[in-house]
Amino acid sequence: MESIEFTVIGRDGAESKLAAAAGLSLMEALRDSGYDELLALCGGCCSCATCHVVVEAGPERLRSVGGDDENDLLDSSDHRAAGSRLSCQLILDAEAAGMVVRIAAED
Amino acid sequence: MSGADVVIVGGGHAGAQAAIALRTNGFTGSVAMIGRESEPPYERPPLSKEYFAREKTFDRLYIRQPQFWGEKEVELKLGVEVTAVDPAARSLSLSDGSTYTYGKLIWATGGDPRRLACKGADLAGLHAVRTRADCDQLMGEIDGGVRNIVIIGGGYIGLEAAAVLTKLGCKVTLLEALPRVLARVAGPDLSAFYEKEHRDHGVDLRTSVAVESIEGEGRVTGVKLADGEVIPAEAVIVGIGIVPAIGPLIAAGAAGANGVDIDEFCRTSLPDVYAVGDCAAFACDYAGGTVMRVESVQNANDQATCVAKAICGDEQPYHALPWFWSNQYDLKLQTAGLSVGYDATVTRGDPATRSFSIGYLKGGKVIALDCVNSVKDYVQGRKLVEAGVSPDPAQLADPAVALKDVALR
Repeated sequence: MESIEFTVIGRDGAESKLAAAAGLSLMEALRDSGYDELLALCGGCCSCATCHVVVEAGPERLRSVGGDDENDLLDSSDHRAAGSRLSCQLILDAEAAGMVVRIAAED
Repeated sequence: MSGADVVIVGGGHAGAQAAIALRTNGFTGSVAMIGRESEPPYERPPLSKEYFAREKTFDRLYIRQPQFWGEKEVELKLGVEVTAVDPAARSLSLSDGSTYTYGKLIWATGGDPRRLACKGADLAGLHAVRTRADCDQLMGEIDGGVRNIVIIGGGYIGLEAAAVLTKLGCKVTLLEALPRVLARVAGPDLSAFYEKEHRDHGVDLRTSVAVESIEGEGRVTGVKLADGEVIPAEAVIVGIGIVPAIGPLIAAGAAGANGVDIDEFCRTSLPDVYAVGDCAAFACDYAGGTVMRVESVQNANDQATCVAKAICGDEQPYHALPWFWSNQYDLKLQTAGLSVGYDATVTRGDPATRSFSIGYLKGGKVIALDCVNSVKDYVQGRKLVEAGVSPDPAQLADPAVALKDVALR
Protein backbone atom coordinates (compact mmCIF):
# COMPACT_ATOMS: atom_id res chain seq x y z
CA MET A 1 0.00 0.00 0.00
CA GLU A 2 1.12 3.51 -0.74
CA SER A 3 2.91 5.21 2.12
CA ILE A 4 2.11 8.84 2.88
CA GLU A 5 4.79 10.99 4.49
CA PHE A 6 3.96 14.06 6.54
CA THR A 7 5.21 16.10 9.49
CA VAL A 8 3.79 16.10 13.00
CA ILE A 9 4.34 18.64 15.74
CA GLY A 10 3.61 17.16 19.16
CA ARG A 11 2.27 19.01 22.20
CA ASP A 12 5.85 19.38 23.37
CA GLY A 13 6.66 21.26 20.16
CA ALA A 14 8.89 18.51 18.81
CA GLU A 15 8.64 17.99 15.08
CA SER A 16 8.95 14.60 13.44
CA LYS A 17 8.39 12.94 10.10
CA LEU A 18 5.85 10.18 9.90
CA ALA A 19 4.90 7.72 7.19
CA ALA A 20 1.65 5.80 7.22
CA ALA A 21 -0.38 3.73 4.81
CA ALA A 22 -2.83 5.52 2.56
CA GLY A 23 -6.41 4.80 3.56
CA LEU A 24 -5.76 4.98 7.29
CA SER A 25 -7.10 7.96 9.15
CA LEU A 26 -4.63 10.48 10.48
CA MET A 27 -5.86 9.57 13.97
CA GLU A 28 -4.85 5.94 13.45
CA ALA A 29 -1.47 6.98 12.09
CA LEU A 30 -0.81 9.22 15.09
CA ARG A 31 -2.03 6.64 17.60
CA ASP A 32 0.15 3.97 16.02
CA SER A 33 3.17 6.30 16.11
CA GLY A 34 3.16 6.94 19.82
CA TYR A 35 1.28 10.23 20.10
CA ASP A 36 -0.27 9.16 23.37
CA GLU A 37 -1.52 12.66 24.12
CA LEU A 38 -4.10 12.10 21.38
CA LEU A 39 -6.85 10.30 23.30
CA ALA A 40 -9.19 9.52 20.38
CA LEU A 41 -11.66 8.04 22.82
CA CYS A 42 -14.49 7.18 20.45
CA GLY A 43 -12.15 5.22 18.22
CA GLY A 44 -12.75 7.32 15.15
CA CYS A 45 -16.52 7.47 14.72
CA CYS A 46 -16.75 11.27 15.02
CA SER A 47 -18.53 11.17 18.37
CA CYS A 48 -16.08 13.07 20.55
CA ALA A 49 -13.45 15.72 19.99
CA THR A 50 -10.45 14.07 21.60
CA CYS A 51 -8.39 13.68 18.42
CA HIS A 52 -8.17 17.36 17.52
CA VAL A 53 -5.26 18.44 15.32
CA VAL A 54 -4.47 21.55 13.33
CA VAL A 55 -3.33 21.12 9.74
CA GLU A 56 -0.78 23.91 9.68
CA ALA A 57 0.22 23.37 6.08
CA GLY A 58 -1.46 21.33 3.42
CA PRO A 59 -4.10 21.50 0.73
CA GLU A 60 -7.23 23.48 1.54
CA ARG A 61 -9.40 20.38 1.28
CA LEU A 62 -7.55 18.77 4.18
CA ARG A 63 -7.59 21.98 6.20
CA SER A 64 -11.38 22.16 5.90
CA VAL A 65 -13.82 20.15 8.01
CA GLY A 66 -15.43 17.15 6.40
CA GLY A 67 -18.99 17.79 7.57
CA ASP A 68 -21.37 19.38 10.05
CA ASP A 69 -20.74 16.85 12.82
CA GLU A 70 -17.01 17.42 12.70
CA ASN A 71 -17.55 21.16 12.59
CA ASP A 72 -19.86 21.12 15.61
CA LEU A 73 -17.55 18.86 17.62
CA LEU A 74 -14.58 21.12 16.90
CA ASP A 75 -16.61 24.01 18.27
CA SER A 76 -16.32 22.34 21.67
CA SER A 77 -12.61 23.06 21.74
CA ASP A 78 -11.18 26.25 23.18
CA HIS A 79 -8.24 25.75 20.86
CA ARG A 80 -9.95 25.70 17.50
CA ALA A 81 -7.88 27.40 14.82
CA ALA A 82 -7.72 27.72 11.05
CA GLY A 83 -6.99 24.21 9.79
CA SER A 84 -8.51 22.48 12.83
CA ARG A 85 -9.64 18.92 12.09
CA LEU A 86 -10.67 15.82 13.94
CA SER A 87 -7.85 13.58 12.85
CA CYS A 88 -10.19 10.56 12.67
CA GLN A 89 -11.99 12.29 9.80
CA LEU A 90 -8.86 13.01 7.78
CA ILE A 91 -8.12 10.02 5.60
CA LEU A 92 -4.55 9.83 4.39
CA ASP A 93 -4.25 10.05 0.62
CA ALA A 94 -1.75 11.33 -1.92
CA GLU A 95 -2.76 14.92 -1.23
CA ALA A 96 -1.82 14.53 2.42
CA ALA A 97 1.80 13.91 1.52
CA GLY A 98 3.95 16.73 2.82
CA MET A 99 1.33 18.25 5.11
CA VAL A 100 2.25 19.57 8.53
CA VAL A 101 -0.08 18.79 11.40
CA ARG A 102 0.09 19.93 14.99
CA ILE A 103 -1.59 18.13 17.88
CA ALA A 104 -3.97 20.69 19.35
CA ALA A 105 -3.69 21.69 22.99
CA GLU A 106 -5.69 19.67 25.50
CA ASP A 107 -9.13 20.99 26.41
CA MET B 1 8.72 -15.00 42.54
CA SER B 2 8.02 -12.46 39.82
CA GLY B 3 6.11 -9.25 40.11
CA ALA B 4 5.91 -5.57 39.20
CA ASP B 5 5.67 -2.21 40.93
CA VAL B 6 2.27 -1.67 39.38
CA VAL B 7 0.15 -4.58 38.26
CA ILE B 8 -2.91 -3.89 36.15
CA VAL B 9 -5.49 -6.65 36.06
CA GLY B 10 -7.58 -6.45 32.91
CA GLY B 11 -6.60 -5.58 29.36
CA GLY B 12 -9.59 -3.57 28.23
CA HIS B 13 -9.93 0.18 27.80
CA ALA B 14 -9.33 0.90 31.48
CA GLY B 15 -6.31 -1.35 31.81
CA ALA B 16 -4.73 -0.07 28.62
CA GLN B 17 -5.21 3.56 29.57
CA ALA B 18 -3.82 2.95 33.05
CA ALA B 19 -0.60 1.66 31.51
CA ILE B 20 -0.42 4.40 28.89
CA ALA B 21 -1.10 7.13 31.44
CA LEU B 22 1.49 5.76 33.88
CA ARG B 23 4.13 6.11 31.19
CA THR B 24 2.97 9.46 29.82
CA ASN B 25 3.00 10.79 33.39
CA GLY B 26 6.58 9.68 33.86
CA PHE B 27 6.25 6.49 35.89
CA THR B 28 9.56 4.64 35.58
CA GLY B 29 8.86 1.58 37.74
CA SER B 30 7.90 -1.79 36.35
CA VAL B 31 4.38 -2.20 34.99
CA ALA B 32 2.60 -5.44 34.12
CA MET B 33 -0.83 -6.02 32.67
CA ILE B 34 -2.60 -9.32 33.19
CA GLY B 35 -5.43 -10.07 30.79
CA ARG B 36 -7.39 -13.23 30.26
CA GLU B 37 -7.92 -12.67 26.54
CA SER B 38 -5.09 -13.59 24.23
CA GLU B 39 -5.25 -10.26 22.38
CA PRO B 40 -3.42 -7.10 23.39
CA PRO B 41 -5.87 -4.34 24.34
CA TYR B 42 -8.40 -3.43 21.67
CA GLU B 43 -11.40 -1.18 21.37
CA ARG B 44 -14.61 -2.85 22.38
CA PRO B 45 -17.34 -0.52 21.04
CA PRO B 46 -16.73 -1.52 17.39
CA LEU B 47 -17.55 -5.15 18.28
CA SER B 48 -21.22 -4.25 18.03
CA LYS B 49 -20.69 -1.66 15.30
CA GLU B 50 -17.95 -1.26 12.65
CA TYR B 51 -16.16 -4.55 13.30
CA PHE B 52 -19.40 -6.52 13.41
CA ALA B 53 -20.55 -4.79 10.22
CA ARG B 54 -17.14 -5.61 8.67
CA GLU B 55 -16.38 -1.99 7.99
CA LYS B 56 -13.18 -2.23 10.03
CA THR B 57 -10.70 -5.07 10.28
CA PHE B 58 -9.48 -6.20 13.68
CA ASP B 59 -5.97 -4.78 13.29
CA ARG B 60 -7.53 -1.31 13.25
CA LEU B 61 -9.11 -1.90 16.65
CA TYR B 62 -5.89 -2.18 18.64
CA ILE B 63 -5.73 0.58 21.24
CA ARG B 64 -2.01 0.51 20.50
CA GLN B 65 -0.07 -1.58 18.03
CA PRO B 66 1.05 -4.86 19.66
CA GLN B 67 4.72 -3.81 19.77
CA PHE B 68 3.86 -0.62 21.69
CA TRP B 69 3.60 -2.38 25.04
CA GLY B 70 7.09 -3.79 24.86
CA GLU B 71 8.49 -0.45 23.73
CA LYS B 72 6.93 1.18 26.79
CA GLU B 73 8.15 -1.63 29.02
CA VAL B 74 4.69 -2.79 29.94
CA GLU B 75 4.82 -6.52 30.46
CA LEU B 76 1.75 -8.18 28.97
CA LYS B 77 0.69 -11.42 30.58
CA LEU B 78 -2.12 -12.52 28.29
CA GLY B 79 -4.35 -15.54 28.42
CA VAL B 80 -4.15 -15.77 32.20
CA GLU B 81 -6.59 -14.82 34.89
CA VAL B 82 -6.13 -13.72 38.47
CA THR B 83 -7.78 -16.31 40.69
CA ALA B 84 -6.93 -14.91 44.12
CA VAL B 85 -5.57 -11.76 45.73
CA ASP B 86 -3.54 -11.81 48.95
CA PRO B 87 -3.55 -8.20 50.13
CA ALA B 88 -1.22 -8.88 53.08
CA ALA B 89 1.46 -10.50 50.94
CA ARG B 90 0.61 -8.21 48.00
CA SER B 91 0.50 -11.16 45.70
CA LEU B 92 -1.81 -12.59 43.09
CA SER B 93 -2.50 -16.21 42.26
CA LEU B 94 -2.82 -16.75 38.54
CA SER B 95 -4.73 -19.36 36.57
CA ASP B 96 -1.45 -20.83 35.28
CA GLY B 97 -0.53 -21.76 38.86
CA SER B 98 2.04 -19.02 39.34
CA THR B 99 2.04 -16.15 41.79
CA TYR B 100 2.82 -12.56 40.98
CA THR B 101 3.52 -9.73 43.40
CA TYR B 102 2.48 -6.10 43.21
CA GLY B 103 3.42 -2.83 44.79
CA LYS B 104 0.18 -1.26 43.68
CA LEU B 105 -2.70 -3.06 42.06
CA ILE B 106 -5.11 -1.57 39.53
CA TRP B 107 -8.17 -3.76 39.13
CA ALA B 108 -9.64 -3.09 35.69
CA THR B 109 -11.40 -6.32 34.86
CA GLY B 110 -14.71 -5.03 33.54
CA GLY B 111 -17.39 -7.66 33.61
CA ASP B 112 -18.67 -10.90 32.23
CA PRO B 113 -21.79 -10.96 30.09
CA ARG B 114 -24.74 -11.87 32.25
CA ARG B 115 -26.04 -15.28 31.25
CA LEU B 116 -29.58 -16.47 30.94
CA ALA B 117 -30.74 -18.57 33.86
CA CYS B 118 -33.41 -20.50 31.96
CA LYS B 119 -33.38 -23.97 30.43
CA GLY B 120 -31.32 -24.20 27.27
CA ALA B 121 -28.99 -21.37 28.25
CA ASP B 122 -25.97 -23.60 27.53
CA LEU B 123 -26.95 -24.58 23.98
CA ALA B 124 -24.64 -23.89 21.05
CA GLY B 125 -25.65 -20.87 19.04
CA LEU B 126 -26.04 -18.57 22.03
CA HIS B 127 -23.73 -15.59 21.88
CA ALA B 128 -22.59 -12.67 23.95
CA VAL B 129 -21.01 -9.59 22.40
CA ARG B 130 -18.21 -8.65 24.74
CA THR B 131 -14.98 -9.97 23.25
CA ARG B 132 -13.42 -10.45 19.85
CA ALA B 133 -13.91 -14.18 20.25
CA ASP B 134 -17.63 -13.70 20.90
CA CYS B 135 -17.97 -11.55 17.85
CA ASP B 136 -15.88 -13.77 15.55
CA GLN B 137 -17.93 -16.79 16.50
CA LEU B 138 -21.16 -15.02 15.70
CA MET B 139 -19.80 -13.61 12.43
CA GLY B 140 -18.65 -17.09 11.49
CA GLU B 141 -22.16 -18.42 11.94
CA ILE B 142 -23.58 -15.65 9.78
CA ASP B 143 -20.99 -16.47 7.11
CA GLY B 144 -22.18 -20.05 7.41
CA GLY B 145 -25.69 -19.02 6.48
CA VAL B 146 -27.38 -18.16 9.77
CA ARG B 147 -30.00 -15.50 9.07
CA ASN B 148 -32.72 -15.90 11.66
CA ILE B 149 -31.52 -14.29 14.88
CA VAL B 150 -33.20 -13.54 18.18
CA ILE B 151 -31.65 -10.88 20.37
CA ILE B 152 -32.49 -11.03 24.06
CA GLY B 153 -32.11 -7.64 25.72
CA GLY B 154 -32.96 -4.16 24.52
CA GLY B 155 -29.93 -2.31 25.84
CA TYR B 156 -27.30 -0.63 23.70
CA ILE B 157 -25.56 -3.90 22.78
CA GLY B 158 -28.77 -5.54 21.64
CA LEU B 159 -29.95 -2.53 19.71
CA GLU B 160 -26.61 -1.92 18.00
CA ALA B 161 -26.40 -5.59 17.06
CA ALA B 162 -29.94 -5.44 15.66
CA ALA B 163 -29.00 -2.47 13.50
CA VAL B 164 -25.97 -4.24 12.05
CA LEU B 165 -27.76 -7.55 11.53
CA THR B 166 -30.67 -6.04 9.63
CA LYS B 167 -28.13 -4.32 7.40
CA LEU B 168 -26.50 -7.70 6.81
CA GLY B 169 -29.87 -9.05 5.68
CA CYS B 170 -30.74 -11.06 8.78
CA LYS B 171 -34.24 -11.46 10.15
CA VAL B 172 -34.05 -10.05 13.66
CA THR B 173 -36.38 -10.44 16.61
CA LEU B 174 -35.50 -8.40 19.67
CA LEU B 175 -37.00 -9.29 23.04
CA GLU B 176 -37.00 -6.94 26.01
CA ALA B 177 -38.33 -8.03 29.39
CA LEU B 178 -39.17 -4.51 30.55
CA PRO B 179 -41.93 -2.37 29.04
CA ARG B 180 -39.41 -0.39 26.96
CA VAL B 181 -35.89 -0.64 25.54
CA LEU B 182 -33.02 1.31 27.12
CA ALA B 183 -35.06 1.47 30.33
CA ARG B 184 -31.98 1.44 32.53
CA VAL B 185 -30.22 4.34 30.84
CA ALA B 186 -32.72 6.64 29.12
CA GLY B 187 -36.16 8.17 29.47
CA PRO B 188 -39.33 6.85 27.79
CA ASP B 189 -39.18 9.32 24.88
CA LEU B 190 -35.81 8.08 23.71
CA SER B 191 -36.94 4.49 24.17
CA ALA B 192 -40.03 5.08 22.05
CA PHE B 193 -37.95 6.72 19.34
CA TYR B 194 -35.53 3.79 19.08
CA GLU B 195 -38.32 1.23 19.22
CA LYS B 196 -39.95 2.86 16.20
CA GLU B 197 -36.65 3.13 14.32
CA HIS B 198 -35.92 -0.55 14.76
CA ARG B 199 -39.42 -1.56 13.76
CA ASP B 200 -39.19 0.68 10.70
CA HIS B 201 -36.01 -1.18 9.77
CA GLY B 202 -37.80 -4.49 9.96
CA VAL B 203 -36.86 -5.64 13.46
CA ASP B 204 -39.61 -7.58 15.22
CA LEU B 205 -39.14 -5.70 18.48
CA ARG B 206 -41.20 -6.85 21.44
CA THR B 207 -41.25 -5.39 24.92
CA SER B 208 -42.61 -6.81 28.19
CA VAL B 209 -41.86 -10.33 27.04
CA ALA B 210 -40.48 -13.00 29.32
CA VAL B 211 -38.24 -15.73 27.93
CA GLU B 212 -39.25 -19.14 29.23
CA SER B 213 -36.50 -21.25 27.72
CA ILE B 214 -34.15 -21.72 24.82
CA GLU B 215 -35.28 -24.59 22.62
CA GLY B 216 -33.08 -27.02 20.75
CA GLU B 217 -31.01 -30.16 21.08
CA GLY B 218 -27.33 -29.39 21.18
CA ARG B 219 -27.95 -26.24 19.23
CA VAL B 220 -30.58 -23.53 19.53
CA THR B 221 -33.62 -23.78 17.27
CA GLY B 222 -35.91 -21.30 18.95
CA VAL B 223 -36.76 -19.10 21.90
CA LYS B 224 -39.82 -20.01 23.90
CA LEU B 225 -41.72 -17.16 25.51
CA ALA B 226 -43.73 -17.31 28.74
CA ASP B 227 -46.97 -17.34 26.74
CA GLY B 228 -45.87 -20.49 24.96
CA GLU B 229 -44.95 -18.99 21.60
CA VAL B 230 -41.71 -20.31 20.15
CA ILE B 231 -39.78 -17.88 17.97
CA PRO B 232 -37.58 -19.81 15.55
CA ALA B 233 -33.91 -18.90 15.85
CA GLU B 234 -30.71 -20.15 14.26
CA ALA B 235 -28.70 -18.05 16.69
CA VAL B 236 -29.41 -16.02 19.81
CA ILE B 237 -27.58 -12.98 21.08
CA VAL B 238 -27.83 -12.44 24.81
CA GLY B 239 -27.29 -8.80 25.72
CA ILE B 240 -28.67 -8.49 29.21
CA GLY B 241 -25.87 -6.63 30.90
CA ILE B 242 -22.69 -7.59 32.65
CA VAL B 243 -21.72 -8.99 36.01
CA PRO B 244 -18.67 -7.14 37.33
CA ALA B 245 -15.62 -9.42 37.45
CA ILE B 246 -14.65 -8.81 41.05
CA GLY B 247 -14.72 -12.26 42.65
CA PRO B 248 -11.08 -12.46 43.76
CA LEU B 249 -11.11 -8.93 45.20
CA ILE B 250 -14.29 -9.50 47.18
CA ALA B 251 -12.95 -12.84 48.40
CA ALA B 252 -9.86 -10.96 49.58
CA GLY B 253 -12.04 -8.72 51.72
CA ALA B 254 -12.63 -5.70 49.49
CA ALA B 255 -15.90 -3.90 50.13
CA GLY B 256 -18.44 -4.11 47.35
CA ALA B 257 -21.47 -5.91 46.02
CA ASN B 258 -22.54 -4.80 42.55
CA GLY B 259 -19.02 -3.68 41.71
CA VAL B 260 -16.06 -3.20 44.00
CA ASP B 261 -16.47 -0.04 46.06
CA ILE B 262 -14.04 2.78 45.42
CA ASP B 263 -13.65 6.21 46.97
CA GLU B 264 -13.21 9.49 45.10
CA PHE B 265 -9.58 8.57 44.41
CA CYS B 266 -10.59 5.21 42.93
CA ARG B 267 -9.17 3.37 45.97
CA THR B 268 -10.76 0.15 47.12
CA SER B 269 -10.91 -0.73 50.83
CA LEU B 270 -7.74 -2.85 50.41
CA PRO B 271 -4.37 -1.11 50.79
CA ASP B 272 -2.77 0.02 47.53
CA VAL B 273 -5.53 -1.58 45.48
CA TYR B 274 -7.39 0.65 43.04
CA ALA B 275 -10.32 -0.26 40.83
CA VAL B 276 -11.42 1.47 37.65
CA GLY B 277 -13.95 1.16 34.86
CA ASP B 278 -17.00 -1.05 34.50
CA CYS B 279 -16.19 -3.12 37.60
CA ALA B 280 -15.98 -0.21 40.05
CA ALA B 281 -18.86 1.28 42.06
CA PHE B 282 -18.52 4.82 43.26
CA ALA B 283 -20.58 7.72 44.58
CA CYS B 284 -21.02 9.51 41.29
CA ASP B 285 -21.02 13.31 41.42
CA TYR B 286 -23.08 13.45 38.26
CA ALA B 287 -25.76 11.20 39.75
CA GLY B 288 -26.32 13.12 42.96
CA GLY B 289 -23.88 10.90 44.82
CA THR B 290 -25.64 7.65 43.92
CA VAL B 291 -23.28 4.72 44.31
CA MET B 292 -23.19 3.07 40.90
CA ARG B 293 -21.07 1.59 38.19
CA VAL B 294 -20.71 3.55 34.97
CA GLU B 295 -20.16 1.32 31.95
CA SER B 296 -18.49 3.44 29.31
CA VAL B 297 -15.22 4.04 27.54
CA GLN B 298 -15.16 7.54 29.00
CA ASN B 299 -15.38 6.31 32.56
CA ALA B 300 -12.86 3.51 32.00
CA ASN B 301 -10.42 5.91 30.46
CA ASP B 302 -10.80 8.80 32.87
CA GLN B 303 -10.71 6.69 36.03
CA ALA B 304 -7.61 4.94 34.74
CA THR B 305 -5.94 8.28 34.10
CA CYS B 306 -6.97 9.46 37.56
CA VAL B 307 -5.26 6.46 39.19
CA ALA B 308 -2.15 6.65 37.02
CA LYS B 309 -1.70 10.30 37.94
CA ALA B 310 -2.19 9.54 41.63
CA ILE B 311 0.50 6.87 41.45
CA CYS B 312 2.76 9.44 39.81
CA GLY B 313 2.16 11.84 42.72
CA ASP B 314 -0.69 13.96 41.35
CA GLU B 315 -3.67 12.77 43.37
CA GLN B 316 -6.95 14.43 42.37
CA PRO B 317 -10.50 13.23 43.08
CA TYR B 318 -12.32 11.72 40.13
CA HIS B 319 -14.80 14.19 38.73
CA ALA B 320 -15.20 13.63 35.00
CA LEU B 321 -18.37 14.34 33.08
CA PRO B 322 -19.90 11.04 31.93
CA TRP B 323 -20.47 10.85 28.20
CA PHE B 324 -21.36 8.06 25.87
CA TRP B 325 -22.24 7.37 22.28
CA SER B 326 -24.19 4.76 20.34
CA ASN B 327 -24.46 4.40 16.57
CA GLN B 328 -27.47 2.60 15.13
CA TYR B 329 -28.41 2.81 11.44
CA ASP B 330 -27.69 6.41 10.44
CA LEU B 331 -28.43 7.64 13.95
CA LYS B 332 -25.66 9.12 16.05
CA LEU B 333 -26.66 9.22 19.70
CA GLN B 334 -24.43 11.17 22.04
CA THR B 335 -25.18 11.51 25.71
CA ALA B 336 -23.75 13.77 28.37
CA GLY B 337 -24.32 13.39 32.09
CA LEU B 338 -26.46 10.75 33.76
CA SER B 339 -30.24 10.94 33.94
CA VAL B 340 -30.41 9.17 37.32
CA GLY B 341 -33.15 10.73 39.44
CA TYR B 342 -34.49 13.19 36.86
CA ASP B 343 -37.88 14.76 37.58
CA ALA B 344 -38.64 16.37 34.21
CA THR B 345 -37.60 16.16 30.58
CA VAL B 346 -37.53 18.65 27.77
CA THR B 347 -37.47 17.60 24.12
CA ARG B 348 -35.78 19.94 21.69
CA GLY B 349 -36.93 19.40 18.14
CA ASP B 350 -39.26 16.81 16.67
CA PRO B 351 -38.14 13.17 16.93
CA ALA B 352 -39.95 12.56 13.62
CA THR B 353 -37.22 14.60 11.91
CA ARG B 354 -34.65 12.16 13.37
CA SER B 355 -32.65 15.06 14.75
CA PHE B 356 -33.54 16.10 18.29
CA SER B 357 -32.34 16.07 21.85
CA ILE B 358 -33.81 15.33 25.22
CA GLY B 359 -32.75 17.23 28.31
CA TYR B 360 -33.17 15.63 31.72
CA LEU B 361 -33.79 18.00 34.59
CA LYS B 362 -33.64 17.60 38.34
CA GLY B 363 -34.84 20.48 40.45
CA GLY B 364 -34.53 22.68 37.38
CA LYS B 365 -30.89 21.77 36.72
CA VAL B 366 -29.87 20.04 33.51
CA ILE B 367 -28.35 16.75 34.64
CA ALA B 368 -28.17 14.92 31.32
CA LEU B 369 -28.77 15.16 27.59
CA ASP B 370 -29.48 12.54 24.96
CA CYS B 371 -28.76 14.00 21.54
CA VAL B 372 -29.76 12.16 18.36
CA ASN B 373 -28.15 13.46 15.18
CA SER B 374 -27.73 16.70 17.04
CA VAL B 375 -24.04 17.18 17.64
CA LYS B 376 -24.42 20.89 18.26
CA ASP B 377 -26.75 20.29 21.19
CA TYR B 378 -24.40 17.68 22.54
CA VAL B 379 -21.38 19.95 22.37
CA GLN B 380 -23.14 22.95 23.85
CA GLY B 381 -25.31 20.97 26.26
CA ARG B 382 -22.34 19.25 27.90
CA LYS B 383 -21.35 22.60 29.29
CA LEU B 384 -24.78 23.07 30.89
CA VAL B 385 -24.49 19.67 32.57
CA GLU B 386 -20.95 20.33 33.71
CA ALA B 387 -21.86 23.70 35.13
CA GLY B 388 -24.96 22.28 36.85
CA VAL B 389 -27.03 25.28 35.82
CA SER B 390 -30.80 25.84 35.62
CA PRO B 391 -31.80 27.16 32.20
CA ASP B 392 -35.01 28.92 31.32
CA PRO B 393 -37.40 26.04 30.51
CA ALA B 394 -39.07 27.74 27.55
CA GLN B 395 -35.75 28.54 25.90
CA LEU B 396 -34.42 25.09 26.67
CA ALA B 397 -37.38 23.60 24.82
CA ASP B 398 -36.93 25.88 21.82
CA PRO B 399 -34.61 24.34 19.24
CA ALA B 400 -34.25 27.75 17.61
CA VAL B 401 -32.32 28.89 20.69
CA ALA B 402 -28.83 27.38 20.74
CA LEU B 403 -28.01 25.73 24.06
CA LYS B 404 -25.04 28.01 24.50
CA ASP B 405 -27.39 31.00 24.34
CA VAL B 406 -30.10 29.70 26.67
CA ALA B 407 -30.79 32.09 29.53
CA LEU B 408 -30.02 30.78 33.00
CA ARG B 409 -32.22 31.29 36.01
